[in-house]
Formats: sequence, C-alpha cells, structure tokens
Amino acid sequence: MRIYGYILVMAGVSYLIRALPVTVLRKPIQSRFIRSFLYYVPYVTLAVMTFPAILHATQSPLSGAAALVVGVVAAWLGADLFKTAVGCCAVVFLLEFFMG
Amino acid sequence: MDRKKQYLEGVRDGIPIGLGYFAVSFSLGILAKNVGLTPLQAAVMSLLNNASAGEYMGLTVMAAGGTYGGMALAMLITNARYLLMSCAMSQRMDPDMPFYHRLLMAFDITDELFGITIARPGYLSPWYMYGGMTPAIPGWMIGTALGTLAGSVLPLRVVSAFSVALYGMFIAIFIPPAREDRVIAALVALAFVSSWGLSVLPLTAALSEGTRTILLTVVLSAGAAALFPRKEDAEP
Repeated sequence: MRIYGYILVMAGVSYLIRALPVTVLRKPIQSRFIRSFLYYVPYVTLAVMTFPAILHATQSPLSGAAALVVGVVAAWLGADLFKTAVGCCAVVFLLEFFMG
Repeated sequence: MDRKKQYLEGVRDGIPIGLGYFAVSFSLGILAKNVGLTPLQAAVMSLLNNASAGEYMGLTVMAAGGTYGGMALAMLITNARYLLMSCAMSQRMDPDMPFYHRLLMAFDITDELFGITIARPGYLSPWYMYGGMTPAIPGWMIGTALGTLAGSVLPLRVVSAFSVALYGMFIAIFIPPAREDRVIAALVALAFVSSWGLSVLPLTAALSEGTRTILLTVVLSAGAAALFPRKEDAEP
C-alpha cells in the first residue's frame, strides 16, 4: 500500500502546483514586468525543452537534427501542430529506416 | 466560437499529443515495472499526475525508499514549471468563466496542453482544453500501463519516430510567433544555445533536466521582460 501513498503525495503536490495560481490569481496582474515575463515564459520553456533534447530522443542524433530542421521549416511555412508533428516523425522513420 | 467547435478543435490538436504521450509513457511504464509497480498502480499514477519528468522523479524516489516529505519536495522541484504555466494561464482566463472550469483545467496543465491552449488567441477556452485532454489523458495512462505489462512490444524504430512528435508540437508552437516577433525569435535562439550549453558544462550538466529548464526559463524570460516589456495593447 506504500506505493499508493507515494502516488497520492505525487498527485496532491502536482495538482496544488497547477491549481493554486489559476484559482488564486483571479484579477489581472498590474505589473508590466510580470505580465511581460509570463508572456515570454511558454516560448522559452518549450524552446529549452526542445533543444538539445530532440537530438537524444531518437536512435541517432542525426535523425533528431533532421526532425528539428523539418519541424522549423514546416512551422515557418504555416503547418499546424499535427502536420508539423507528423512531418518530424516521418523524417525520423525514413532516415532510420535507410540507415538501418 | 461555440463549445462544440472549440472541443472538436481541441480533440484534433490533442491527437498527436496523445500519440506522443503513448510512446513516451511506454518507457515510463517499463521503469515503473522495474520499481515494482503493478500495471494498475502505474495507470493510476499516470492518470493522476500527467507529468513525464515528475513521474520519472517520483519512481526514482520510490525506488530509493524515500520519505513522503522527500517525495513532495521532489515533485515541487520537477513540476515547478507548471506553477509558471498556471500563472500565465490565469492571466488569459475570462473573469466571468465559472470557477469549476479553473479547477478542471488545472488538472491537466502539461507542457503540451498548456502549449496548444495558450497559443490560441483571446480568452482561453476550457472546451478547447478539454478536447485536448480527451486523447491525451488515455494516451498517457494506457501507454504507461502497457509499458508495465509488456515491456517493449513496439519496434524500437517506431518508438524512436513517435518520440519526436512531442518536439514537433513544441516547434509548431514557438516558431509562428518567432516569425512575427524578433524578440521571441532571438529568445528561441538564445534558449537553444544556453540549453545546450548547460547540458554540457560540467557544473550544470549534473542538474536534472527539469531544474535546468526552470533556471533558463526564469532567467531568459525575466531578461526579456526587463529589456523588452510588452506593449499593453498586445494583451487579448
């Protein structure tokens, strides 16, 4: 049963972290600095998590790098989430297929 | 836009997330099995947590036989970025939206669902987010359970291809605004370089990936906010 105890602690802390700000911050934040900070946060977080992690996600760093390039070009040209993701997967699958 | 349309668009954008989750949580399930969790326990853990780095960390604490307090602290650190994401979401919610939506939306603030939800213009739609959660939650939960049950049934090549789906989605979120806004473009480039730098420098490479992400997010976003504060009319 100790495992379920661990799971409940994990779930409780994770939920509080997620729920406190959206429930406590009910009014717009006035500070221009904080508003700007929060505006930049998602893009920076996602960029940090993408690189260099994408190079290690695949069997070969080369196919990870190719997926990065394909993803950036596709998104730049206006592909949506789904198309960009499929493009990245396809290039990895094809490259690793031919590399064996 | 009406609820049904928002919901269906959420489902559409949530499908690649669910597929990516399935592939990633599979490896989480294999780890859970090694720590001694049953498939049911692994499924419950994933259903209630929805956090890749957080669950990896949690399993590590379990394997080491840590205390509940240690577990709580580990969760606080690995999941701290959700606190920032939740703050950002709070600023984009309609003040007239019923309160229970806040409680429900908070349940599944993940990197990916936060990303697609915040990328939409105007007030956040709870229905769009619920749409995203519909394929994402089962994908994550079932993937973990199957990983625990069967080990690696999927060929390695397929897992490898699946696993970039998540990054593809990240890219599709930060590239369009980077194209419009030079500050964001420079931030993305700086984030890539510094993230790579911290992962190879001896002092910082020892930090967990989650800690490095928090550190860089706070430093770079604060720097950008100080040097390039947003014009107020840029808000929705």
